[in-house]
Amino acid sequence: MADPHAGAGAPSVFAVAFKDAAFAALVALGLAAPMLGLVTVQTQSGIELEQHWGKVAIAVAIVFAGRLLLNLTLWRPGRKKSLGYVPPKVEARLARFAKYLAPLAILGAVVMPMLPFTERYAIDLGILVLTYVMLGWGLNIVVGLAGLLDLGYVAFYAVGAYSYALLAQYFGLSFWVCLPLAGILAAFWGVILGFPVLRLRGDYLAIVTLAFGEIIRIVLLNWYWFTGGPNGISGIPRPSFFGLDFDRGDDGFAATFGLTYSPLHRIVFLYYLILALALLTNVVTIRLRRLPIGRAWEALREDEIACRSLGINTVNTKLTAFALGAMFAGFAGSFFATRQGFISPESFVFMESALILAIVVLGGMGSQFGVAVAAVVMIGGFELFREFSDYRMITFGLVMVLIMIWRPRGLVSTRSPSVFLKEKKAISGSLVQEGHG
Amino acid sequence: MIDDTPALPPELLLRVERLTMRFGGLTAVNDVSFDVRRGEITALIGPNGAGKTTVFNCITGFYKPTVGRLTLASKEGPLLLERLRDHQISRKANVARTFQNIRLFGGMTALENLLVAQHAPLMKASGLTVLGVLGIGGFNKAERAAIEKAKVWLERIGLIDRADDPAADLPYGDQRRLEIARAMCTEPVLLCLDEPAAGLNPRESLELNALLRSIRDQDDTAVLLIEHDMSVVMEISDHVVVLDYGKKISDGAPLHVRNDPKVIAAYLGVEDEEVEKVESEIAVEATS
Repeated sequence: MADPHAGAGAPSVFAVAFKDAAFAALVALGLAAPMLGLVTVQTQSGIELEQHWGKVAIAVAIVFAGRLLLNLTLWRPGRKKSLGYVPPKVEARLARFAKYLAPLAILGAVVMPMLPFTERYAIDLGILVLTYVMLGWGLNIVVGLAGLLDLGYVAFYAVGAYSYALLAQYFGLSFWVCLPLAGILAAFWGVILGFPVLRLRGDYLAIVTLAFGEIIRIVLLNWYWFTGGPNGISGIPRPSFFGLDFDRGDDGFAATFGLTYSPLHRIVFLYYLILALALLTNVVTIRLRRLPIGRAWEALREDEIACRSLGINTVNTKLTAFALGAMFAGFAGSFFATRQGFISPESFVFMESALILAIVVLGGMGSQFGVAVAAVVMIGGFELFREFSDYRMITFGLVMVLIMIWRPRGLVSTRSPSVFLKEKKAISGSLVQEGHG
Repeated sequence: MIDDTPALPPELLLRVERLTMRFGGLTAVNDVSFDVRRGEITALIGPNGAGKTTVFNCITGFYKPTVGRLTLASKEGPLLLERLRDHQISRKANVARTFQNIRLFGGMTALENLLVAQHAPLMKASGLTVLGVLGIGGFNKAERAAIEKAKVWLERIGLIDRADDPAADLPYGDQRRLEIARAMCTEPVLLCLDEPAAGLNPRESLELNALLRSIRDQDDTAVLLIEHDMSVVMEISDHVVVLDYGKKISDGAPLHVRNDPKVIAAYLGVEDEEVEKVESEIAVEATS
């Protein structure tokens, strides 16, 4: 497989490649030795350390051989870099294709549970994916449109979930009453967070939002008498179909419609509920982009100082972005609570924020379709990799690295203008700013 | 706050009184007073570091002056600019500005740039977004009007064919003109331009002169500009204010300023190799 020219014509190229591969192998050794080589195993007498040096050797060999091969072929000096480059024409054609793809995807999502071969597992997975699609679209308002890096988005998800759980527990309110309330409460917390952090930009904003996410989680964990602390809240009421419960009773959903009772009814109902909520998020975001507030968000992402010179109140504009993003997270949170029936602070760790942010960045900041695809890839992929067990995270990381090399601006990197005179031209991602908070 | 502000004479638009701006121990602008008259192009000139941009930033609300009063004759009566926050300067006082290093929204199209500038009226028409999301109210009509206005400006700056191109893709001179058009879309009474001719070639420079004249004559907008390019300054300005080391050293008609010994000294009191250049510039102006 090795390139014959590299070996014969230019021995120095091979030497350089060899040296680089050896260095990569050394790094791989450093990483693999503790991660693969040493495994703790539970035995009857306690925990024992097992050693797997064979696995380490294989990993190091793969890295060395792979790196050497790449150095001699794809990464050979002087070779034009073609990786990650998609010609603008192809890009535009893809974008046009995407226009038909989006309605098709929605149609697919709508008919999916009705298909005869769809199992319960698929619907459950669909619910999970759609929850993240919705969260991704919500965060897209904050990160993708307004360019404010929010690392604590899960806090608003938690506020939504706990709002519903607590309102149901203490006041016995139903899901349909709590859904808007949860959204409003989350938006309220978005504004509360927004006020102090608006002066901060970039990395500082990210750090403060990260801290806010942790504060919410730790308060939920320690406010024992109110939130149940680490025990969480269980027995959260399930949603009803306009007052009809999904149970075996005579006034249940199945009996009223003359169907035989099946636990699947509720699952399918939850699926359509989250689909509707996600589509609501999408429709609202698409509309907002064409309104002055949406344009002001994007302008804020491009240049905040110019915005101020044009009479745009940047404080209010940022606050609305925060509040609206938080509101959709609140909706998703109350859905999460009603679906699970049990919530605890463990569900709202930083990893979730990172995952949602990864979905937005991977999808292409600001692109609705890209975010949806990224959510399917990330969450669906995560499930597919389940059988890799311990290697799941590694595989996941590898895939992300590859995608970021191939498409550093996300799957859909072009921006589509909100308004046009003659022709709607996609704007190359390289011209679009990412925002500085 | 309007009550205690003395009214300006009717021909004046902006009166800058005893403006001083200090940054720590550095006095960037020291006790500068000048007037901007309606229907005129006023130029603010001076060597590098003279404090011109600082004066601009004080007028447009980006800095709070240490000392001084900035009175603008707005439609609702005299207004003190130093008491307004930056975004209120554009909305309430109708003062618009451009920047020395162009600040367009590069990833947005030329048309979108001009629509962002009409944020305040469109926001009102969309019922603070609430009605707009629901699709009720007169937002669509207001947006069509805004697009019409943007089209008029795109025609005037000769960019109507590139309306749907991202601003960052436009040539430098076009970006300069687009930034001016964007500022004009806020319907200002005073347009502040920070070095609008910087980096333009002679042809673009001529186009700019024509545009600025048309703004002065057709739009009832006074222009205050900072400029290094003497050919532009002498050609189009009605009134020139000269700053040096933060102080005003001359103020008057272009001809008066050009022959003011203090101005010549300020411009010649620089490095030897620049003397010839400045001399030739002045000589060219004098003979033309």
